[in-house]
Amino acid sequence: MSTVPADLKYTRSHEWVRTLADGTVAVGITDHAQHALGDLVFVEVPEAGRAVKAGEPCAVVESVKAASDVYAPLAGEVTAGNPKLKEKPETLNTDPYGEGWLMRLKPAPGALTGAALL
Amino acid sequence: MAFIPHTEADVAAMLATIGVAGIEDLFDEIPADLRVKSLAGVPPELNEMQIGRLMTERARADGAPLAFIGAGAYEHHIPAAVWAITTRGEFYSAYTPYQAEASQGTLQLIYEFQTMIARLTGMEVANASMYDGASATAEAALMAVRANRKSKSARILVPTTLHPHYRKVAVTTAANQGLKFEELPYCTAEGVTPSASLARYDGQDITALVIQQPNFFGRLEDVDALTDWAHARAILVIAVVNPTSLALLKPPGEWGTRGADIAVGEGQPLGVPLCSGGPYFGFMTTRMEYVRQMPGRIVGRTLDTAGHAGFALTLQAREQHIRRAKATSNICTNQGLLVTAATIYMSLMGARGLARTAAAAHARTRELVAGLTRVPGVHLAFSGPYFHEAVLQLDRPVAPVLKSLSKRGILGGLDLSGYFPELGDALLVCATETKTSADIDRYRAGLSEVMQAARAA
Repeated sequence: MSTVPADLKYTRSHEWVRTLADGTVAVGITDHAQHALGDLVFVEVPEAGRAVKAGEPCAVVESVKAASDVYAPLAGEVTAGNPKLKEKPETLNTDPYGEGWLMRLKPAPGALTGAALL
Repeated sequence: MAFIPHTEADVAAMLATIGVAGIEDLFDEIPADLRVKSLAGVPPELNEMQIGRLMTERARADGAPLAFIGAGAYEHHIPAAVWAITTRGEFYSAYTPYQAEASQGTLQLIYEFQTMIARLTGMEVANASMYDGASATAEAALMAVRANRKSKSARILVPTTLHPHYRKVAVTTAANQGLKFEELPYCTAEGVTPSASLARYDGQDITALVIQQPNFFGRLEDVDALTDWAHARAILVIAVVNPTSLALLKPPGEWGTRGADIAVGEGQPLGVPLCSGGPYFGFMTTRMEYVRQMPGRIVGRTLDTAGHAGFALTLQAREQHIRRAKATSNICTNQGLLVTAATIYMSLMGARGLARTAAAAHARTRELVAGLTRVPGVHLAFSGPYFHEAVLQLDRPVAPVLKSLSKRGILGGLDLSGYFPELGDALLVCATETKTSADIDRYRAGLSEVMQAARAA
């Protein structure tokens, strides 16, 4: 049974959003999503400085048989991609809500409140 | 079983579904003047004996000319074993193996091909091949835009000394995908791209620099300086190389301090005969760092559950059957049969054999240039080293000279006046190991007579 932490916000496409103390947000994919994808062998995270629109593909998670896009849950500017995933993509399988985060975003003005998050 | 499985009713139903009156209407976006209405000189039907006779007669009309044309396609000796083995039933297939896992032998052959090409280019990883050198260059430009994540401009610097057909194919393939190709001038005295001419791009966002070595004129570019200039500005380097030349020249993996990022080329010199322009095959290599951005199939070596070595297609998540529209390419394939021939060619030649072939081609071309430039009215266009091609300049238009030579059974080279009008009456010539001193002398004597006759007229 996959876990769904109550303190996070979610998208319908299985991304999660965590608001951090400095006003930026961390973004990852849910435990359910990593289960469905299977063992991940490669993760491509966005470069810091990239501006993204809500719903824009901004990362790729690749398992042995498939590669899937991850969509930006809200508009903003990428402040960091998770550097650990390059060497250890499996972190996303083992700790999807913690060490397996994909990117940090600085939300565009009003983006966090306006985003259609669950 | 019918060869074409659709019945007339099927076709009618399909056309009705998409609301089109007839099959012809599906092609109406092709301009009328580009469409072939009928083929001239083709009889309605012939039996095997008749067609054999007709084709023999037509082949005879070509003759067996002595060819000194290179320009991207090169006549090399192909050991008889190459095509005898390639056409064995176990290998003989027109196309890429779709059920690749069915044949470990085919997969192993492609794996060996990748290994040989990676070693020849000095790069970390090769794919299973591309259509040809031109399309591989276009794919390399598209790949560079994906791989160079620091650059947003999709601007690709392309020297004028790149094969003009390669540039055209790259523009046709990639311009509508937002890539911008910008031409770098060359030095008309030396026939190479001066690295000083790049200074105007300092501080600009450039995605990749293409470098062909040897360049279209056969000249050697200063690949180390060009590569280092690009890398100092986070510009990726796409090498376009002749595989035979790599047996002598520094491989792209060793260009400059870091080596080229992507290396591609035309594989035809490796065991593929000249045949009206094709079929050929392209090759493509890169750093492991960029392997997920490389198009095309890749065969990997692995172990099965019992621990036995085996081969399988790998990194398939890049490819169109999985990534669909977002695949690294939807317009490439591997050229299975030609790759088979090239792999057998390379294994028969070995590193030493290939180096001897390259050295002989270079020596023959020097001999050719020395001979032809003794003819009054002929001189070498560029100073500096060349591999197995050189540009000559004549004191009169090239086309009539070539025509007179062809009447003597000599294909004298490629007239460059249409491609590089600034070079005047320029002729690109090539000699490989297939040419003897007697062949070269025959060309020299023929050219001498033709030039003299033209002067007298």
